[in-house]
Amino acid sequence: MSVVDVRAAITLAHYEEWARVVAALARRFGDLDVAEEAAAEAFATAVERWPADGVPPNPGAWLTTTANHKALDRIRRESKREDKQKEARMVYGDDPPEPLGAIDDDRLRLIFTCCHPALGMETRVALTLRMVGGLTVAEIARAFLVQEAAMGQRITRAKAKIKAARIPYRVPSVEDLPARVSGVLAVLFLVFNEGYLATGPDTDPVRHDLTAEAIRLTRLIRALMPEDGEVAGLLALMLLTEARRTARVSASGELVPLDQQDRGAWDATLVAEGHRLVRERLAASAAGVAPGRYQILAAINAVHTSARDMRDTDWSQVVALYDQLIRVDPSPIVALNRAVAVAELDGPEVALAAVDRLGDRLAGYHAYHATRADLLRRLGRSQKARAAYDRAIELAGNTAETAYLTRRRDQLG
Amino acid sequence: MQYLVSVIDDTASLATPDEMAATDVFNDRLKADGHWVFAGGLAAPSAATVIDNRGGEAMITDGPFLESKEYLAGFWIMEAPDLDVALTLAAEGSKACNRKIEVRPFL
Repeated sequence: MSVVDVRAAITLAHYEEWARVVAALARRFGDLDVAEEAAAEAFATAVERWPADGVPPNPGAWLTTTANHKALDRIRRESKREDKQKEARMVYGDDPPEPLGAIDDDRLRLIFTCCHPALGMETRVALTLRMVGGLTVAEIARAFLVQEAAMGQRITRAKAKIKAARIPYRVPSVEDLPARVSGVLAVLFLVFNEGYLATGPDTDPVRHDLTAEAIRLTRLIRALMPEDGEVAGLLALMLLTEARRTARVSASGELVPLDQQDRGAWDATLVAEGHRLVRERLAASAAGVAPGRYQILAAINAVHTSARDMRDTDWSQVVALYDQLIRVDPSPIVALNRAVAVAELDGPEVALAAVDRLGDRLAGYHAYHATRADLLRRLGRSQKARAAYDRAIELAGNTAETAYLTRRRDQLG
Repeated sequence: MQYLVSVIDDTASLATPDEMAATDVFNDRLKADGHWVFAGGLAAPSAATVIDNRGGEAMITDGPFLESKEYLAGFWIMEAPDLDVALTLAAEGSKACNRKIEVRPFL
């Protein structure tokens, strides 16, 4: 096997097995720190040994066994007193001994622990990307524009809190499950959105590494919880959004709005997969299961990705879906997005009246000003449009969006 | 595993009879379910005295060690297998005494 093949095998094993190895160790040793370090050491050993010894027939099993040995070595190295504490932790937990085939449950446990509501949102994101996603601390730090040392500290503190406060390593009880699943999905959606609309003057406008990681982790949760409608909804929403990624930013790095996108450049495979998921959820809704916000957002995106162009879009369907979404999530941001659809259905005048009613609550939100600017431009009120563009540009954090808004403003008559 | 469950207050008013009654009911349940270790309400922070004997001579100061709008009004020590159980109990406790609650593990 060539060096290139071995390297590819290690990359693949990392991609597929990291979460499994960490999860199995976390369960066995009841300690995320031990699990993370031992998993990292096992992968480092693979990098050292596989080129000479060859890739083992079952890389996952090899990595788990190696990581187990590393963890036991570490525990032996530590003082006797510490050992006793570790042993106590190892037997902690009222679950029966691990049955064969409980590996998937381990990964779910890991996800729920990393996304525990007792941890801050930023911490949950960082911990999930490290423990479940297998990103390095340096990669996560870069993704969120913080110093590597600060990110390392955030993750270390989180692990210490999990241990000290005894945040349990388990799938929540049935009554807590919906709230906890929505907490996990919020983490993944945040990662996706930071990738999709990256903020910061020196950042690429779209961070494909983050959107891809968010989709990968959502796929994993989908595989672990196939019955959950909101998981399916979020995956569909991400796929239908990701499908348009390359068409959304022009060659010159400018945001391309929906009506000007080259729909032929959308990723047909992702669109088809997203549509399949939406249809699956529509069938469930027809059977009486009320859809949550991700499913409704996915359905809205399915309408857009089904249309040949703006005029072909079923805007009354889009507005109806926003009405449904407002009942689930009555936030001013949803109302703003609804108004954008209303502009296509009832004209910019009606939409502008609806947008203006949101001024008190959205004055600091760039999309509010960008939407107003566009509506005012369409109504020929250039002076007011210019002021709204100015404010939107001031508040926008995404380089492609700023470029687009600036050009639009400068084109005003 | 034991948790210190602190009652955080920001008003000078004492618990109302309704709050007292609800807290009593909650305490009885803690005892019945084996979560009870100890609980108590505290006098106002102005009743506190700080003492520092690190320098050889005990220094006595009137008042709490920290002046703040929010203060510790009382606490439970609860026995719980993990944080999820402690948080569920604390949520019920917060409702019963009608105050904000902090949950902190013992070492």
